[in-house]
Amino acid sequence: MLIPVLSIIVALVVWELVSRGGLISERDLPSMTASFGELWTMVKTSDFWHAFFQTVRGWAIGLGLAILLAVPLGIALGSSEFAARAFRVPIEFLRPIPSAALIPLLFLTLGTTLESEIFLATFGAFWPLLVQTTYGVHDVDPIAIDTARSFGVPRHAQLFKITLPSAVPYVMTGVRIASTVALILAFTAELFMGTGGLGKQLNYYGAFGLNTSVYAIALAIGFLGVGIHYAMVALERRVLRWHPSQRTTEAALR
Amino acid sequence: MSPRLYRSLRLGAEIAVPILILLLWQLWTVHADDPKFPRLTTIIGEFQDLWLFSQFESDVLPSLERVLIGFGIAVVVGVGLGIPIGLSRWARLWAMPHVEYWRAMPPPALIPISIVLLGIYDKQKISFIAFFCLFPILLNAIDGVRGIEPTLIDTARSYGVPWRDTVRRIILPAAMPQIFAGMRTSLSLAVIIMVLTEYWSSANGVGYVLSNAKNTLQMGPMWAAILLIGLLGYGLNLLLSLVEGRVLAWHRGYRATASK
Repeated sequence: MLIPVLSIIVALVVWELVSRGGLISERDLPSMTASFGELWTMVKTSDFWHAFFQTVRGWAIGLGLAILLAVPLGIALGSSEFAARAFRVPIEFLRPIPSAALIPLLFLTLGTTLESEIFLATFGAFWPLLVQTTYGVHDVDPIAIDTARSFGVPRHAQLFKITLPSAVPYVMTGVRIASTVALILAFTAELFMGTGGLGKQLNYYGAFGLNTSVYAIALAIGFLGVGIHYAMVALERRVLRWHPSQRTTEAALR
Repeated sequence: MSPRLYRSLRLGAEIAVPILILLLWQLWTVHADDPKFPRLTTIIGEFQDLWLFSQFESDVLPSLERVLIGFGIAVVVGVGLGIPIGLSRWARLWAMPHVEYWRAMPPPALIPISIVLLGIYDKQKISFIAFFCLFPILLNAIDGVRGIEPTLIDTARSYGVPWRDTVRRIILPAAMPQIFAGMRTSLSLAVIIMVLTEYWSSANGVGYVLSNAKNTLQMGPMWAAILLIGLLGYGLNLLLSLVEGRVLAWHRGYRATASK
């Protein structure tokens, strides 16, 4: 535990020295203490928390919608080879479209609204979830399914007792990836389209050349990203307590 | 239903569904007649006018160059750093807090800062792409190296295999499948970041064309640019999976025989 903390402290001190020492001018790279000081001042204002929760709202609704849409569709595509083949080409074509390319389109159609932000976040989060769910359902142990069938377990019970539980690890990985993507896109929508939130704040400070505030917001969004990441890892652990992959992780940690 | 009939039906569906979707788009846009959603034929016409090949050299090539150089730097640095970090617990303890922070950082948050520090030209765009593409590759390289059977490395050591050969012949190949998984993530990220940085501030590139079309409210060129970016993403992905297929041919073969 000592070295990671030391490592962070060293990096922060180097930042302070680079800035104060004039290697990069203090105007371009405000010192570490100034940036954290600015963040501390911001944290005490309600404006900051308003923007913060707007960003979190965009992320949460986007991720939630993506889960609601992608998981059932993934189950359908994963359990029917016919459906998977029929939709393969459109999915393979839509999936790599960088969501960033949709920004101007959304700007001109839905405008600077929460809907734009949610659409972008959902679109981005949808694909990794869909792919993971499809793989997970497709990867079910065929022997387990055959056994269930020969014992006369009805189809819907097979789905809930065998297929879904064995797909859950894949789905959870998908949720973790999708949650990162959804945050990036919610923030991107705010930064590029001016939907309310931390991204809009960043754009505003940047336009006025308030560099210290720009750094403070970047720090804040970084911490939000780390927080969401760890929350998702914890959720994954909790949901998959019973799963061997989590048991081995714990053994490896020891 | 005979298996043969089923297979041909399946193939039929695979061909018919995309065509059906395109037809529906065309019918709907003709019916709606909304300039924001141009007809398929209009988009294809615009696509031909813009990209084949009047603006190919001026805008597509610079974008491709930025993506490929940035991605290339990320691969070299990611693998170069990932192997020693993966091998040493001590290096991991030092490096992981930073890796964890930066990989959770949404890239657009740093666009304003990168412009202050690096300007708005190729240097900024390439370093920005390289920086954020680094983390998926680095993390996967670290995990890949950590996942190597320790007996392999120990065996090499007890046979006196030189360190350089151990890295080249054992560690690198064993970590390769995971490194490629990281590269796939990074490559899609590279295209997204290329579009974002060019959209934000640039004088050429597909992101610039996109922002220009938006600012002048030209829906045709905008859709053509979206189509192009989709094709670029698709093409680059395809290229990478071809390279992967070649490099990892031994791995696939090994897996196929092992599972039999």
